[in-house]
Amino acid sequence: MSDAIRELADQKYKYGFVTEIDEDRIPAGLTEDIVRLISRKKGEPQFLLDFRLKAFRHWLTIEEPRWANVRHGPIDYQDIVYYAAPKPKKKLASMDEVDPELREAFRKLGIPLEEQARLANVAVDAVFDSVSVATTFKKKLADLGVIFCSFSEAVHEHPDLVERYLGSVVPHTDNYFATLNSAVFSDGSFAYVPKGVRCPMELSTYFRINAADTGQFERTLLVADEGAYVSYLEGCTAPVRDKNQLHAAVVELVALDGAEIKYSTVQNWYPGDAEGRGGIYNFVTKRGKAMRRSKISWTQVETGSAITWKYPSCILQGDDSVGEFYSVALTNHRQQADTGTKMIHIGKNTRSTIISKGISAGRGQNTYRGQVKVVKGAENARNYSQCDSLLIGDKCGAHTFPYIEVRNPTAKVEHEATTSKISEDQLFYCRQRGIKEEDAVSMIVNGFARQVLKELPMEFAVEAQKLLGMSLEGSVG
Amino acid sequence: MSPKEPESQPILRVEGLRARIGEREILRGLTLSVNPGEVHAIMGPNGSGKSTFAGVLAGRETAEVTGGSAALDGRDLLAMAPEERANAGLFLGFQYPVEIPGVGNLYFLRAALNAQRKSRGEEELDAVDFLDLAREKMRLVEMDPAFMNRGLNEGFSGGEKKRNEVLQMAVLEPRLAILDEIDSGLDIDALRVVAKGVEALRHPKRSTILVTHYQRLLEHVVPDVVHVMAAGRIVLSGGRELALELEKKGYAWIDEEAKRGAFAEAAQVSP
Repeated sequence: MSDAIRELADQKYKYGFVTEIDEDRIPAGLTEDIVRLISRKKGEPQFLLDFRLKAFRHWLTIEEPRWANVRHGPIDYQDIVYYAAPKPKKKLASMDEVDPELREAFRKLGIPLEEQARLANVAVDAVFDSVSVATTFKKKLADLGVIFCSFSEAVHEHPDLVERYLGSVVPHTDNYFATLNSAVFSDGSFAYVPKGVRCPMELSTYFRINAADTGQFERTLLVADEGAYVSYLEGCTAPVRDKNQLHAAVVELVALDGAEIKYSTVQNWYPGDAEGRGGIYNFVTKRGKAMRRSKISWTQVETGSAITWKYPSCILQGDDSVGEFYSVALTNHRQQADTGTKMIHIGKNTRSTIISKGISAGRGQNTYRGQVKVVKGAENARNYSQCDSLLIGDKCGAHTFPYIEVRNPTAKVEHEATTSKISEDQLFYCRQRGIKEEDAVSMIVNGFARQVLKELPMEFAVEAQKLLGMSLEGSVG
Repeated sequence: MSPKEPESQPILRVEGLRARIGEREILRGLTLSVNPGEVHAIMGPNGSGKSTFAGVLAGRETAEVTGGSAALDGRDLLAMAPEERANAGLFLGFQYPVEIPGVGNLYFLRAALNAQRKSRGEEELDAVDFLDLAREKMRLVEMDPAFMNRGLNEGFSGGEKKRNEVLQMAVLEPRLAILDEIDSGLDIDALRVVAKGVEALRHPKRSTILVTHYQRLLEHVVPDVVHVMAAGRIVLSGGRELALELEKKGYAWIDEEAKRGAFAEAAQVSP
């Protein structure tokens, strides 16, 4: 294809800068002592140390999974720094006292921490390397009883809630990376929306990996009590580094009876360079448990990371619960993604929808892997899955692995899949109308992804659209 | 030949244009001039090279230009990228308009209009002004407003796609519109609407080329000049009556004459 597309695809990663800041970091490597050290540094209660140690001891007995359709060299878990934190100059009394270097880092990312400068109606928790550095709009939320803070703070302020729900959706034995996270997680976000409260603003966490040779292992826990509603968004970036960095997060959602959680992700970790050097290994476990008449909706736009391995899932435990998964995954250059969802139908009349849009360009490999499981007692379960793949150029790949397991005869499960290419005819048509080729590609890709993008909160839909166009620069060789 | 006094120079001037697809030469020295304000019809049997000619003018890469020249307002068309030709005022109404799922019909049209305005150093139209313009033009082509926000040509019938082409033409107001078989597959109502759109664009400073196999479109849009194409060049040119004669006699005799080499060097013959 033409030069214009090639140029488009070669756009540089915009967020690759490094912030110079004093760090408190522990030695590389993972031992029981390191786990205890992390816990001690954070002054954690006994239950949490016990949770970590159980996980660590289990982790020693299991092997890294090899079933994903991705390739990477061996990961040396003893060569990773499991805790790095910007050194606090003093205890913060207000947002204005955030270290100016940190404030500047987030400003560059378009995330001002000053509340008056914030997007109206979005509360932000900013996580820098291993710790949360700032949470905005806390007080306004507190007036409604909504708790939104860093995970560490929740451990101290609301230990009962943390103890009740931590590991209740993703147990410490769940899988290799979730187990690792359970042992070493350093921070993350916590939110609790009380009974019947509709959270009046978007809650948002912004993750930034800054330090070299560190892993980021954050833990997010969201609980929507009966009849509550919350919409949550996470974004992430990292500096350009030659070495791969591991990001193994765990997100647990709990939607109690009649609650609704909408969880959106715009993932833009450093993807590595055009030759596949560097980039984040994004190995993430995300799962929600939906109780009676509740709803959990995952929306993800995955454009970053060298390797993405994640399956935001729903356990439809309660009768009449609803699960949704909307995904756009884009791989360019040598990026690899193996992503999808699991919808586990346990309650009666449970419904799930899966819309997956995979875009492959350059030498990118994009895999959809999804499971729909209907257990014996799940009367009248319904699932609709649609997996579409778009190929740009002739060196990329798209793969689809749907697993459907139905043990109840009343279930109705539908799966549709398509694969298409951006055609020369489409490009010529756009150009004949005066639209430049790179704009045409971006327009066609955004059109392809529209069903998913429209699920994002407004402010982020615009950002995601731009991101898709940008991530394609240099896409065709 | 033209009923009107030409301006100082033709909008389109094509001389000795040659092009091939693979090893096959499709255009073999095509010469044509279109003056401002004129509507030309290019007729001819299937395979005579009509659509290839339209595509070559718009910059489609399926055919490779091997000789001759083509100029729009004195500018060398063949040296321009397709989008530059569009920005210079060349519009191609496609025989088979593509579908682009998820890209809103009007969103696309606004992006096109603003790309063209921007290239001319004009201010881009905001959503409100654009909508006013689009509504007016949609009335012209009698298009249901429900089509506004559907995906570009997504699930449109053949007739709806053609109507959409005419809508785009009406909004973009090109200097030269080339409509490739815009009448194929249209029922009589759609044909009337398409013709109305073409007539509405008739303007002393603009020109239109209708590429068509049948003369029925020409009952609705009266051309100033009719050309007959055979074997890659224009072999006959005349007025409206030429179209009627073709309708009566069919194309067979043209083909035979062309094969016998009757039109060999005399590219411009009046009957």
